Amino acid sequence: MRDWIERSWIAILGLLALALTGCNESAWNDPYPAADAEANIYYSSFAERPKHLDPARSYSSDEYAFLAQIYEPPLQYHFLLRPYRLVPLSAAEVPEPRYFDAKGNPLPEDAPVDAIDHSDYLIRIQPGIRFQPHPAFARTDDGRYRYHDLRPSDLSGINRLADFEATGTRELTAEDFAYQIKRLAAPWSHSPIAGLMREHIRGFGELADQLAGLESADELERVAALRQANLSGVEVLDSQTLRIRLEGKYPQFQYWLAMPFFAPMPWEADVFYAQPGLAERNITLDWYPVGTGPYMLSENDPNRRLVLERNPNFHGESYPSEGMPEDQDSGILADAGQPIPFIDRAIYSLEKEDIPRWTKFLQGYYDSSGISSDAFDQAIQIDASGEPMLTEVMRERGISLLTSVEPSIYYMGFNMLDPVIGGDSERARLLRRAISIAVDFEEFISIFANGRGLVAQSPLPPGIFGHREGEAGINPFVYEWRNGRPERRSLDEARVLMEQAGYPNGVDRETGRTLSLNYEAVATGPDDRARLNWIRKQFAKLGIELVIRSTDYNRFQEKIRNGTGQVFMWGWNADYPDPENFLFLLYGPNGKVEHQGENAANYANPEFDRLFDAMKYMEDGPERQALIDQLVEIARRDAPWLWGFHPKSFSLHHRWLLNAHPNQMANNTLKYRRLDPAQRQAARRDWNPPILWPLWVVGGVLVLLVLPAWWMVRRRERSTAL
Amino acid sequence: MTAYIVRRLLYAIPILIGVNLLTFMLFFVVNSPDDMARMHLGQKRVTEESIQSWKAERGYDRPLLYNAEAGGLASLTDTILFQKSVKLFVFQFGSSDAGRDIGYDISQRMWPSLAIAVPVLLIGLAFNISYALFIVFFRATYVDIGSVVLLVAMMSISGLFYIIGGQFLIGKLWHLVPISGYDQGLNAWKFLILPVIVGVVGGIGAGTRWYRTLFLEEIGRDYVRTARAKGLSERVVLFRHVLRNALIPILTGVVVVLPLLFMGSLITESFFGIPGLGSYTIDAISNQDFAIVRAMVFLGAVLYIIGLILTDISYTLVDPRVRLE
Repeated sequence: MRDWIERSWIAILGLLALALTGCNESAWNDPYPAADAEANIYYSSFAERPKHLDPARSYSSDEYAFLAQIYEPPLQYHFLLRPYRLVPLSAAEVPEPRYFDAKGNPLPEDAPVDAIDHSDYLIRIQPGIRFQPHPAFARTDDGRYRYHDLRPSDLSGINRLADFEATGTRELTAEDFAYQIKRLAAPWSHSPIAGLMREHIRGFGELADQLAGLESADELERVAALRQANLSGVEVLDSQTLRIRLEGKYPQFQYWLAMPFFAPMPWEADVFYAQPGLAERNITLDWYPVGTGPYMLSENDPNRRLVLERNPNFHGESYPSEGMPEDQDSGILADAGQPIPFIDRAIYSLEKEDIPRWTKFLQGYYDSSGISSDAFDQAIQIDASGEPMLTEVMRERGISLLTSVEPSIYYMGFNMLDPVIGGDSERARLLRRAISIAVDFEEFISIFANGRGLVAQSPLPPGIFGHREGEAGINPFVYEWRNGRPERRSLDEARVLMEQAGYPNGVDRETGRTLSLNYEAVATGPDDRARLNWIRKQFAKLGIELVIRSTDYNRFQEKIRNGTGQVFMWGWNADYPDPENFLFLLYGPNGKVEHQGENAANYANPEFDRLFDAMKYMEDGPERQALIDQLVEIARRDAPWLWGFHPKSFSLHHRWLLNAHPNQMANNTLKYRRLDPAQRQAARRDWNPPILWPLWVVGGVLVLLVLPAWWMVRRRERSTAL
Repeated sequence: MTAYIVRRLLYAIPILIGVNLLTFMLFFVVNSPDDMARMHLGQKRVTEESIQSWKAERGYDRPLLYNAEAGGLASLTDTILFQKSVKLFVFQFGSSDAGRDIGYDISQRMWPSLAIAVPVLLIGLAFNISYALFIVFFRATYVDIGSVVLLVAMMSISGLFYIIGGQFLIGKLWHLVPISGYDQGLNAWKFLILPVIVGVVGGIGAGTRWYRTLFLEEIGRDYVRTARAKGLSERVVLFRHVLRNALIPILTGVVVVLPLLFMGSLITESFFGIPGLGSYTIDAISNQDFAIVRAMVFLGAVLYIIGLILTDISYTLVDPRVRLE
């Protein structure tokens, strides 16, 4: 017995010594293995697992954070140049559209839209691009695909993609782009842009209809049918050249070519994943991407972490040499011309809660971070001029702050189908304008967004063509230009508008009753209650009684779809940096109720629609600007939205993370980032020394409690009854 | 006893059908198949065709409870309720609405849940029973009164406070362990220390008070008086007699939760980034993934029934007077 106890103690002490030896190399609270302490690994986090990693389906910025590092569509946004500019990625150059009439005769660039029957985009692929290593390409000695005819017995012991022993690769061809476009048309791909592309790519709708009959077919049959299918608007001219034919003119198509929807997909991958037994093992294309980009997904455990690893077959790219004038001094061009990517691995850990995420960033375990509302005051202070700056604590740690206005808008919409608040009558228009003045979005941004927003004067955010700065850019129905800045019109003016609308002091002149409006809201927590109370008070300034109708997100969407709401808040993130992608939110034929479009306010003004039709396919220039000015003017006058605000993104970066630069359109920026792991490890050691005194205190307290207790027990047991 | 167990297992069938029906009704009162499709297809540019296609692909295009068009028996079987429920009874959970195999996910995620729940249960049990015996030893003294005040205070504090407080003190301020995260295999140990400490400390208040009450009830019994009259020391009386006789209610509480340890903790796993079944369930609810919610509720009900049967069996082991008939 004694031997056993002695051996146990030796084992415990040995384990303790082993643990402490490990701890000498890295801090006790280091969540990563000690072996990775000085590795060239980028650390970040994600709050929700990506729902889709299939480029035909994925349509969210959370998913693009991974996908854009793996897949390479033909084009990308330049990292530094502004306004945002498209540059080649897997294409050899940015394709210029060529226009043709119905007889196939070429038309000049400035041909009228009506005269253009179709436009062609000739995409030449860069030679020498190869796919990442993947089992779908693995071949046997006799040249057959090794894993394209898997039997159930072949799958024993296979639970992850990495469990397949062999991998292979092959060169990217134009056929891979054509195949992916056909995948967009396949109903089983559930591509969110299938409806849009049906309108534009020639033959897309026919192919989609043809494939609709195969929805219940076996997966391998579907893939075979897709390979055989003909899409008349997409023609592979040779192994490196692809021609996409669009109906009429659609210049925004170039932007779509920079999104993962148009990234190349090898048919081998689709055949591989379609085999029976793999989906049951969670081995699907939606889980394990196959790309040509600088990184590949080497581990996909969204319950814990996602790991991107350098793609050994990457064709190579150089850090940009061009930038904006201010970039010359900022050091962002210091790596100009260097081969990228710089980082070997990127590890994204699941972090659902803000507190541990923020703490780990401050401890140096994440290289960059956003700022939650709770941590905002700790990180940011507003200087005398109203500009955000880092607090002393952040500056001492060498943390840098990057801010930029997002190409997005959060607005308060009025349902234009509603008989009270909507419609084209002067009464309703004046009412909406009065509310536009009363709802103080400067205050909203200050209270509920920690100042991270810019009050919107129109649907167009800064950085988008058509947006105007300064006095020319203000909404004159809500603001006045005073002392060199916009000032919200007074409440008195709003009250006058109310009176003109027939609601003096918020009372309906005809019925004698207080005007009551319904506000549709999704409320889930105490923060929402504060926000909703604030909104109620804004309407109360005009004597309007605002009835908050809180519900869950499903019911809220249903009300918007059916047009049964009156006032609501909604938002839009740009797909691409073009005014069409914002102004179409007010385009009549895009109405939510009638056409299931994205015009949630159901605004319809024939003049606006006519001008929008003229503007949408126009090249940027003075003529387009003039049309946009007219469109914005009409929208401001009718006020279907209360323009709300454009959110500002704030991100923090440690000093050892270099080349971090805000780019709201490009998602593939990991390849530009560079790390100094030695500096990071030194900082981690400095910032995380284990504080041991609490352990001694706890031990001491336990001894102080246990010893007297033991003494008392002994004394009581030995004491006599008398 | 075998007949008793068989009878209890047969009773379980209507209970499980009821649980499944209730889950189904509650879920679809809040979410329609259209809502689920919209949630999975995303926010932008979702068309009616893609919604119908998503529903058809996953079998959500059938009527919920009764298929009037099908006729005959098919009017009941060709429904979402039947199609989605019947396989549960042979523990085939199928695929989640996002396409993942639920059985595989459960088999992977139950281990992190167990890695926290088992140590919390065992350490908590040992500490709480010891502390309760200590209080009972000093019953009706200042030690007893002070401890009860402390325990009531600890009971009154929200579990969230222990989590955030533990993360702040041990992870953030003292840098002793990682504040959150998880690793595979034995490398998980340093991530488990903090949640286990928080779990044990958070359970001391209620646990110790409960055991104290049990021991005080036993200590007034005749056999205790007899033991004392025989000259046994108080320590022997407590550990050899009172503790053994209090085992039945202790077992009631412990054995019934044993199977549920697999299910994990919703809040703890979320805050500490533990990829267990608790966070799996929470994610499924927020993503409106009915397939997972249904599977987890069904599994929870099965495990609870198993826990109750095990409790009954354990009675016979600790108390020879109990016979299951």
